[in-house]
Amino acid sequence: MASAHSDGTAGTAGPGGPTGEAGNRLPGGISLKILVAGGFGVGKTTMVGSVSEIRPLRTEERLSEAGRPLDDLVGVEGKDTTTVAMDFGRIDLRPGLALYLFGTPGQDRFWFVWDELARGSLGAVVLADTRRLADCFPSVDFFEQRGIPFVIAVNCFEGTEVFAAEDVRSALDLDPEVPVLLCDARRREDSRDVLVRLVEHAAARRRVG
Amino acid sequence: MSGRAPEDDPVESADAPSEATGPAVPGQPADRWYDDEAGPMVRLFSLTRGRTRPAGDGYFDLISMVSARSAADRDPLLPEPVLDPEHQAILDLCADEPLSVAELGSYTDLPVSVVRVLLGDLDDAELIDVTRPVPLAELPDEHLLREVINGLRAL
Ligand SMILES: Nc1nc2c(ncn2[C@@H]2O[C@H](COP(=O)(O)OP(=O)(O)O)[C@@H](O)[C@H]2O)c(=O)[nH]1
Ligand SMILES: [Mg+2]
Repeated sequence: MASAHSDGTAGTAGPGGPTGEAGNRLPGGISLKILVAGGFGVGKTTMVGSVSEIRPLRTEERLSEAGRPLDDLVGVEGKDTTTVAMDFGRIDLRPGLALYLFGTPGQDRFWFVWDELARGSLGAVVLADTRRLADCFPSVDFFEQRGIPFVIAVNCFEGTEVFAAEDVRSALDLDPEVPVLLCDARRREDSRDVLVRLVEHAAARRRVG
Repeated sequence: MSGRAPEDDPVESADAPSEATGPAVPGQPADRWYDDEAGPMVRLFSLTRGRTRPAGDGYFDLISMVSARSAADRDPLLPEPVLDPEHQAILDLCADEPLSVAELGSYTDLPVSVVRVLLGDLDDAELIDVTRPVPLAELPDEHLLREVINGLRAL
């Protein structure tokens, strides 16, 4: 098989583990992903774009009518398929270490795609709009149920009341350790700070086990 | 994606590279042609017929990194593959730097499901290297997370 796996065997082969010299020898380098979730129009694509080096890219997944991914060419042209688009961006943290940000597609019917996106992800940003806070409930439930670390980023649209983070926390009934931040998804520094907070949170959870 | 219905016989299908490859050699598998100059050739797509890679195995994860192999890295005994334009487009895109499956889908304007099939062909023909993403569940690597945090802070 023409492949090099960055899994346990290859990754732990050298001193320094997968991020040391062994990691740099992998042909494709290390790739990680973070999800950006939340209701429609909350600013997911905006956040992906503001913090990525490239403008947001778009890729499509074809699903069967039942929402299952199609993994072959059979039925691709058929009528019983639906297309789901995913916006994503790429941040090169250093040569050989790429971080991908994926905006999650609509919440109601594309759970298979969510599962695929969530698999192996570092964590998730759940964007919230205080005018429609309930829109992010399904995202919060999804990541809580799967034990995926997440932060809540309240996207502060102009003309909306500025809520205190603690109000949002209690409205969402969050565990005390889940970080809640205010941000403007259009600002690169804000989006960066949200991501830093998320990875710190993920690292802290890893330590606790 | 016309003319690529899996049930097509490759020898008779509309886009079979008949000029370059000539008729099938009797006694050879149906998906091999013989070219007097170049020797046995395998039409790549025929390799995937009837076979699919389980989507859940993570080999072609959206962030699996793909890079084209240089000719020098290929087994010289492997038959020279016949590439569809879509295969060639993917190889060209990841010739200089590794690209994720998601990026290949975006740049080729093909659905990820189709890209995965094409990548399976290219992988079988040993034309690409594939690096899976770090399986985080098995690799609680604090050093890596620290590197990510520092990299983000530097943005
Ligand atoms: N005022 C303001 N507008 C924003 C902010 N974030 C996103 N928008 C706008 O809200 C709209 C929807 O954003 P988009 O990123 O497409 O939402 P998505 O559906 O979650 O991907 C766009 O017109 C954005 O320009 C923000 O922080 N402040
Ligand atoms: Mg969007």
